[in-house]
Amino acid sequence: MSINLQALSAQLLVGLINGSFYALLSLGLAVIFGMLNIINFAHGALYMMGAFVAYFLLNLAGISYWPALFLAPIIVGIFGMILERTMLQWIANLDHLYGLLLTFGLALIIQGVFQNYFGSSGLPYAIPDALKGGVNLGFMFLPIYRGWVVVFSLIICIATWFLIERTRLGAYLRAATENPTLVRAFGINVPLMITLTYGLGVGLAALAGVLSAPINQVRPLMGADLIIVVFAVVVIGGMGSIMGSIITGFTLGIIEGLTKYFYPEASNTVVFVLMVLVLLVKPSGLTGRTN
Amino acid sequence: MTTITENSIPTAQTRGTKDEMVAFVIMTVLLVAVPFSGLYPFFVMQALCFALFACAFNLLLGYVGLLSFGHAMFMGTAGYVTAHMAKVGTIGFKVPLIGEFMINMGPLSPELSIVFGLVAALVLSVLTGLVAIRRQGIYFAMITLALSQLIFFLYLQTPFTHGEDGIQGIPQGKLFGLFDLSKPFTLYYVILVGFLIGFLIIFRAINSPFGEVLKAIRENEPRAVSLGYKADQYKLLAFILSGTLAGFAGALKVFVAQNASLTDVHWTMSGEVVLIVLVGGLGTLYGPVVGAFVIIAMQQYLAGFGQWVTVIQGVIFVVCVLTFRRGVVGEIGHLFKRSL
Repeated sequence: MSINLQALSAQLLVGLINGSFYALLSLGLAVIFGMLNIINFAHGALYMMGAFVAYFLLNLAGISYWPALFLAPIIVGIFGMILERTMLQWIANLDHLYGLLLTFGLALIIQGVFQNYFGSSGLPYAIPDALKGGVNLGFMFLPIYRGWVVVFSLIICIATWFLIERTRLGAYLRAATENPTLVRAFGINVPLMITLTYGLGVGLAALAGVLSAPINQVRPLMGADLIIVVFAVVVIGGMGSIMGSIITGFTLGIIEGLTKYFYPEASNTVVFVLMVLVLLVKPSGLTGRTN
Repeated sequence: MTTITENSIPTAQTRGTKDEMVAFVIMTVLLVAVPFSGLYPFFVMQALCFALFACAFNLLLGYVGLLSFGHAMFMGTAGYVTAHMAKVGTIGFKVPLIGEFMINMGPLSPELSIVFGLVAALVLSVLTGLVAIRRQGIYFAMITLALSQLIFFLYLQTPFTHGEDGIQGIPQGKLFGLFDLSKPFTLYYVILVGFLIGFLIIFRAINSPFGEVLKAIRENEPRAVSLGYKADQYKLLAFILSGTLAGFAGALKVFVAQNASLTDVHWTMSGEVVLIVLVGGLGTLYGPVVGAFVIIAMQQYLAGFGQWVTVIQGVIFVVCVLTFRRGVVGEIGHLFKRSL
């Protein structure tokens, strides 16, 4: 079998980009799960909202990609914090399953509303001028925007890792994850931290949405199927470690990209098949702690 | 006489079963009377299929505490296989290096088609169950969802499901060569009997020693394990029973809707059954039945509103979780201090 380097590296790049989204989304899920003990089913819908906010900013307010890259995650993050304060905090003491059901309901509402107004087709979002065009690397043609998405996602992932594992705020956060009552006794406002954590996780999802808007178009259901793949990624990687989520996300993206080249029929399912294999061999996930 | 409080479980047991029997008689009489009531039979048949689907799902969530977010895969699989056997009746498979084989049995009778559908759901639930029960709680939900998405993509690609079109125009045929399913009156009673059989199996399972062990695992799994129960085996058995009965609902639905399509294996369908059970009452025997009628009726009346139906379903989810966690039947039971 002869390998077409051009096509292979193109699929690898697509895989890396999907991997960036998997990493950003599973990172957010892990951060939220750590603090709130819920799996945020609305994550895919909030990812979609990030893309839509960027679209609105551009078309209604004339605000371009660069400010949107910061504004959209903040706006969606605030929306997420409102959801946390008005709804999620009331079910904090219930079985985890209720959190999943509540956020599933929220996802249906958000996606349904957007589908009503925008149908199911995609809205175009232009690549910013500074990132148009591409470079010829000899063995492949690299569109600059796609390269930017991978690099920028990686930077954000590592920054989040640094924030949580290496700063004082992160230390409070990790402590509150382990024992919220004790941390509260030290005079730290744990409910506020929970709200901010949810905002952070949601903001990461929205950021992924903005990054994806010029590549995948802006569609109401863009996050609906993605979130299921991200769930599989989370099952494979386990939610025990931040770095674990990042590495698993990127790795699975690459594997998916390779599958698209070598055996395209399986590219939709390869992540799920890998999940089954991991569960059979190491049920707690690759980096997960047994719970 | 002891007063029934939330903590006294054993005393309520015999009385609870008696209440459930009375409710069963009332439900059966009502359902038998439907064709004479002027209610649209197609609606009731559809609701009955969803009611059985929801009862099967509730066996897992309400009595073992396992939230499966991929239960549509069992209903959809049994539906596809039943539809295919009733319409075409071929089984093709590929053995690597040897070649392809095709068994042609011609279109099969409804009862045989249903048997094939049940076997398919059974096999699928054994395979997926072995994988899914390796993790608990929230992971179980994510794993079942991912598995059902895997199955969805398989059906999108395999030829026998006809992709986006689905299997259409399924002949209804004669059950056991006697009952002509193309007559709505006969079909209704066949579906009703099917539903009651499934319901009684679940009723029996819940009130058996097996069911008691399941509840023990739900309440405190480590303790059940330390008492010597092999929790994983019980969970797997419950999963298989639940999956197969969900498949039975899917097989019955084929003869009502006369089609089998991708909507039946999509995650939205898995979400719908969760909603039905949540509205009706989690962990109650009759909750899923009531929930199915409520949700299916709502879909009928709101069919013209397009995507707003999804939004309304989402709102119901949110409202139920925040304020109405017992569901309709659970609230009624709580009000009269009875288990239904």
